[in-house]
Amino acid sequence: MISSIFQYEFLQNAFLAGIIIGFIAPLLGVFIVVRRLSLIADALSHVTLAGIAGSLYLSQSFIGLATLNPLYLGIVAAVGGSVLIERLRRLYKHFEELAIPIIMSAGLGMSAIFISLAQGFSTDLFSYLFGSVSAVSRQDLYIVIGIAVIVTAFIYLLYKELFVLSFDDEYAQASGLPTKVVHTLFMLITALVIAASMRIVGILLVSSLITLPVAAAIRMAKSFKQTILYSIIFGELAVIVGLVSAFYLNLAPGGTIVVTSIIILLIVLISKKIILAVRAR
Amino acid sequence: MTKQPLIELQNVSFQYEYTNVLDHISLTINEGDFLALLGPNGSGKSTMLKLILGLLKPTSGKVMLFGQDANKFNHREWIGYVSQKSNSFNSGFPATVKEVVASGLVKSLGLFKRKAPNQDKLVIEALQSVGMESFVQRNIGELSGGQQQRVFIARALVAKPKLLILDEPTVGIDYENVQAFYDLVAHLNARHNMTLMLVTHDVDVVSSKISHVACLNKTIHFHGFKDDYVNLTKDELSEWYGMSVRKIHSHKEEPTK
Repeated sequence: MISSIFQYEFLQNAFLAGIIIGFIAPLLGVFIVVRRLSLIADALSHVTLAGIAGSLYLSQSFIGLATLNPLYLGIVAAVGGSVLIERLRRLYKHFEELAIPIIMSAGLGMSAIFISLAQGFSTDLFSYLFGSVSAVSRQDLYIVIGIAVIVTAFIYLLYKELFVLSFDDEYAQASGLPTKVVHTLFMLITALVIAASMRIVGILLVSSLITLPVAAAIRMAKSFKQTILYSIIFGELAVIVGLVSAFYLNLAPGGTIVVTSIIILLIVLISKKIILAVRAR
Repeated sequence: MTKQPLIELQNVSFQYEYTNVLDHISLTINEGDFLALLGPNGSGKSTMLKLILGLLKPTSGKVMLFGQDANKFNHREWIGYVSQKSNSFNSGFPATVKEVVASGLVKSLGLFKRKAPNQDKLVIEALQSVGMESFVQRNIGELSGGQQQRVFIARALVAKPKLLILDEPTVGIDYENVQAFYDLVAHLNARHNMTLMLVTHDVDVVSSKISHVACLNKTIHFHGFKDDYVNLTKDELSEWYGMSVRKIHSHKEEPTK
């Protein structure tokens, strides 16, 4: 496989994009999980699907748009969805989680309409749903790199603000932080990470790459920085093992990456249990 | 030298869904004061703190902080805040004591600055002042309620605030630690000239340490020196609160109750 990577451009694209996503998704995922926003990430991924399906339909219907990269409309949909979720969360102050099914069903409903309008998309759509080793173009890779730069800079520069906001929302406000601005930016960044990740893991499984490595890391880490480090290690491990097995077994990488993450999680949970049992003796 | 007023509430009212929570409150806290804010549950104490902290805006009236309009006040790092225990924090949060205390520097550092040059020293000093320095690498969720509360006080102290606001900080802490806790805040007030505002029910424990008392029940019923409060009759207090309250035991009097 190592030699194939140098040989085929599509494999280079998939692996580079995968390694980048294996870094940014768990990095952002730590903040998403501790802020209890995991389900919001899931809802956003379904909105992204509506953007992708809409774009594929447009490319099919208008020759002028035939070469439009569906990632662009996917990003627009994800960002729009994140703004709408925030609006709804403020509107239903006492039922904040209500925003999730509303946005999720809206996204899936619109996707269903676009898909049936175009009378199905066959393999193309399948690769967006569950990821693909072969479908990542050079242009996709550049978009992923661009998003990774923005996400990493955001978390690097606003690390302490994000930490305070995640740990203790009220304290963050009382400290005079612009919590609304930071939170809104955070949701936009989440939308970008989802759009970037879906080419590799697929829309339906994006949120797993954001949450599963963190779920394992949180059981092991003592500090917040350690949680971030372990999450990234687990994320990278899942992406690399997942992509290699997807390539050799001719499977959708979304599936292999998620199953690898689940195995990592199980190993961590079981070893933690054993360690605790041994210590208790 | 005249003392600077750090908090001024000027005729402040606050309504929540058409109910008057606070009604025309005026209150001044000067530099160096140690004020205990007393009042029954539902008297608006927490709302008043939220107005001061900028978490709520008054329906009418004006809040002044350090002589500036609270809306334009941009030195929140001068105000340390310790909320009621476990109010807003998730005890499963994966962070060390060190990370939690360091997060108290968030405002004084300013945007985009990641770390103070002497951050580790500041964190240790803050933890030393609450006797928690040996816990620096421990996970915050592993500590007992009283220990967590001391860590949160260290978080408030790390930025060296001029004013410290404590909202029932000893709820859920056992009696001996309550004593030690008030010794600590009294020390901060006396030795480090830190102005203190304390919402509490521990009137007896704290009475020897405070300088001022304010009694709140939608409106301010009494505000003045502690000694004047001690001389109030029980009837006056009952009338204000609509219920019987404990008086502060001064050493001249026999404890009532």
